[in-house]
Amino acid sequence: MSNNHTPGAAITLVGCAKTFADGTRALEPLDLAIAPGETLVLLGPSGCGKTTTLRIIAGLESPDAGGKVLFDGADVTRLPIEKRNVGMVFQSYALFPNMSVVENVAYGLRVRGVAKAERLARAGEVLEMMRIDALADRRIDQLSGGQRQRVALARALAVRPRVILLDEPLTALDAALREHLRAEIDGLLRRLAITAIYVTHDQAEALALGDRIVVMRHGAIAQIGTPREIYFRPADDFVAGFVGVTNRLEGAVRGGRFETAAGALAVEAADRAAATLAFRPETAQLCVAAGSGLRFRVDQVHFQGARQRVLLSAADGSRIVLEAAAEVVLSAGDEVGIALDPSRIALV
Amino acid sequence: MTGPSAPPDRSLINTTHSQPFLPPAEAKAMPSADRLARLFLLPLGLFVLAFFLLPMVRLVAVAGAGPNGAWEYLALITNARHFGTLIATLVLSAATTAVTLAIGVVVALFLGRNRFPGQSALVAMLTLPLAFPGVVVGFMVILLAGRQGLIGGLTQQMGMGRLVFAYSMAGLLAGYVYFSLPRVLVTLLAAVEKLDPALEEAARSLGASRAQVLRDVILPGIAPSLMASGAIAFATAMGAFGTAFTLATRIDVLAMTIYTEFTLNANFASAAALSIALGLITWGVLAATRNLSGDRVAAAG
Ligand SMILES: Nc1ncnc2c1ncn2[C@@H]1O[C@H](COP(=O)(O)OP(=O)(O)O)[C@@H](O)[C@H]1O
Ligand SMILES: [Mg+2]
Repeated sequence: MSNNHTPGAAITLVGCAKTFADGTRALEPLDLAIAPGETLVLLGPSGCGKTTTLRIIAGLESPDAGGKVLFDGADVTRLPIEKRNVGMVFQSYALFPNMSVVENVAYGLRVRGVAKAERLARAGEVLEMMRIDALADRRIDQLSGGQRQRVALARALAVRPRVILLDEPLTALDAALREHLRAEIDGLLRRLAITAIYVTHDQAEALALGDRIVVMRHGAIAQIGTPREIYFRPADDFVAGFVGVTNRLEGAVRGGRFETAAGALAVEAADRAAATLAFRPETAQLCVAAGSGLRFRVDQVHFQGARQRVLLSAADGSRIVLEAAAEVVLSAGDEVGIALDPSRIALV
Repeated sequence: MTGPSAPPDRSLINTTHSQPFLPPAEAKAMPSADRLARLFLLPLGLFVLAFFLLPMVRLVAVAGAGPNGAWEYLALITNARHFGTLIATLVLSAATTAVTLAIGVVVALFLGRNRFPGQSALVAMLTLPLAFPGVVVGFMVILLAGRQGLIGGLTQQMGMGRLVFAYSMAGLLAGYVYFSLPRVLVTLLAAVEKLDPALEEAARSLGASRAQVLRDVILPGIAPSLMASGAIAFATAMGAFGTAFTLATRIDVLAMTIYTEFTLNANFASAAALSIALGLITWGVLAATRNLSGDRVAAAG
C-alpha cells in the first residue's frame, strides 16, 4: 500500500487570514510550512481557528485577499476542494448513510471513473489495512463509533490523497477507544508517509501524534515546535498552561542565578528584574536532605500507586506540584528541597 | 362514590359528592370515568364512521344503479372519451409532479444554501399561492397566457405572433404547478436545511462534481421529503377542480368530467363511477408512496 501511495505534498500557507461574511475575524494572517510526509497537529482551545485553517488548506474556505495556499509549490488558492486531491476526516465522520461501508470507501474512486472491479478491489485493500474488511457490506447505522471512525479514515485514504486532513477525529469517542485509535492512526500515518494535518484540542493527542505541533490562540500561532519543545519549553504562559500542568515560580535573575522566595537556582540567562520559572511536575527531583537550591514545605501527598503527587508551597505561599517515586515517605509539614534539570525548565 | 363503610357524617358525605375529585375519591372515580368516556366515544365513533363511510357506500350504490348496472364501472375504460380524460389527467398530474419537484428542489437548494437580505420575505412571498383557491390561480393563468394575456402581448411585440396557451395542457400545467409549488417548497426547504453540510463536503473532498453531489448525497438525503411532497402534488393535481374549471375549455380532466356528468348531463351513475376511480387511483398513489418512504403522507387540496 505505502509504495503505490501518492507521495505526500509539501504545503505552504502564505499570509492566510480569514474574515467571515458576518465580520468574524477567525484567522490573523498566518504563515505555515508543512514538510512532505510530516504530521502536523493544530492544537488550541475551541474557537481559536483550527478548523478554519484546515478548511482553507482543504479548499472549503478561501483565505482573505492576499492569502495563498501552495501544494508542492503550486498555487492552489483558487482550486476547489474536488480538484485538490485531499482526504478529509470529519469530526462527525460524514459517512454517506445511503451507501454501505465498501460503497463509502469506494466512492472517491467511483466519481473518478475507476471501473467497478478495480475500485472494489482497491476499497477492499484499504478496508483490510484498517482491519474492517469484515464490515464491508454493513450499513452505516449498523456500525459503532470506532468502526465509523475507521471507515471515515479508509474512505479518505482510498483515493490516495496528497494530504490527509483530520478535524478532531477522535473527539466523539470514549477515552479508552480514543487512546487505542490514536496509536493506530499514528502507526498508519507513519507507515504511509503521507502529509497529515490533525486538528485537536486535546494536548495528549497532540503530543502523541505530532511531528510538530502548532499551538493556536485567537486565530494566531502561539508557538510551533516539536512535542518536546512545546512541552518543555513553552513559548509563553498560554502555551505552558494549555499543554499540561505547569509549575510557575516568580522571581528575578541576578548574576546567573534565578532568585525566588524558595531560594536560588543557577540559570543561563541575562539579568532580569522579573522572571518566571516554568517546569513540569515530573521534571523536578525531590530531595529530602537539606541544602539544595529551592526549599518547600509539603502541603499534601496523594499516593497513586507507582508514583505519588506532592503539593508543595514556598515561603511566600506560591504553590507547585511534583511527582515523586512512591517509596519516599512524606507527610504534610515536611521540609524538602527540589532539584531541577536545567534542560527542562523555561524562563519566561 | 363513598363506600358503604364511610362514616355517616353528613358534611363529609356532602363534600365528597360535591367535590368528586378529592384525592381519595379520585382513585375510585377513574375507572368509572373511563367507562363513561367509552360510553360517549362509542356513538361518536359510529357517527364518524358513518360520516366517512356512508357517502362512499352511497357512491358505490349510485354508480351501480344506472342504466348500465355494474358495467358502469368499466365505462372509464370502455368509453373512449372517459378513457382519454383519465389518461390526460394522469399525464397532467405526473407532469405537474415532475415539474413541481424539479423547480422545488432547485429553489429549496438555493434558499437553503444561501443567505441574503430579504430572504425571509421571499420565502413568505413564495408561499403566497397557498392563500389562493384554484379558481383564482386559473384566473391568473388567463391573465398571463390568455387571449389578452401578458405573454401573448410580449410575443406579438417581438413579432412571433400571439402566444396563447392558457386553455391548453400547458396552461393547466402552469396553473397546477403554481398551485402545488408552495406546498412542495415548504417541505423540501425543511429537508434541505436538515441535510448535514459535512456530507456534501465529504463527497466534494473525494472529488465529486456538483452533479455527482446532487445525485449521490442531496437527492438521497431528501428522498423521503421528495416522495411525500411528490405524492401531495400528484394527489392535488388529480383532484384539482377550480383551476381546471377556469381553464379546461379544450381538454377535459377527471374532476371536470365528473362535474359535467352530474350537473349538465344528470348522469349520476357515470359521475359516481368516475369519482370512485379517481379516488382509488389517488389513494393508491398515496398509499404506495407511504409504504415506500415509510413516512406519513397526507393528501391535500
Ligand atoms: N462560517 C462561519 N461564519 C462566521 N464565523 C465563523 C464561521 N466558522 C467559524 N467561525 C468563527 O471563527 C472562529 C474560529 O472558528 P474555528 O476555526 O471553527 O475554531 P476551532 O476549530 O479552533 O474551534 C470562531 O470564533 C468561530 O465562531
Ligand atoms: Mg473546530
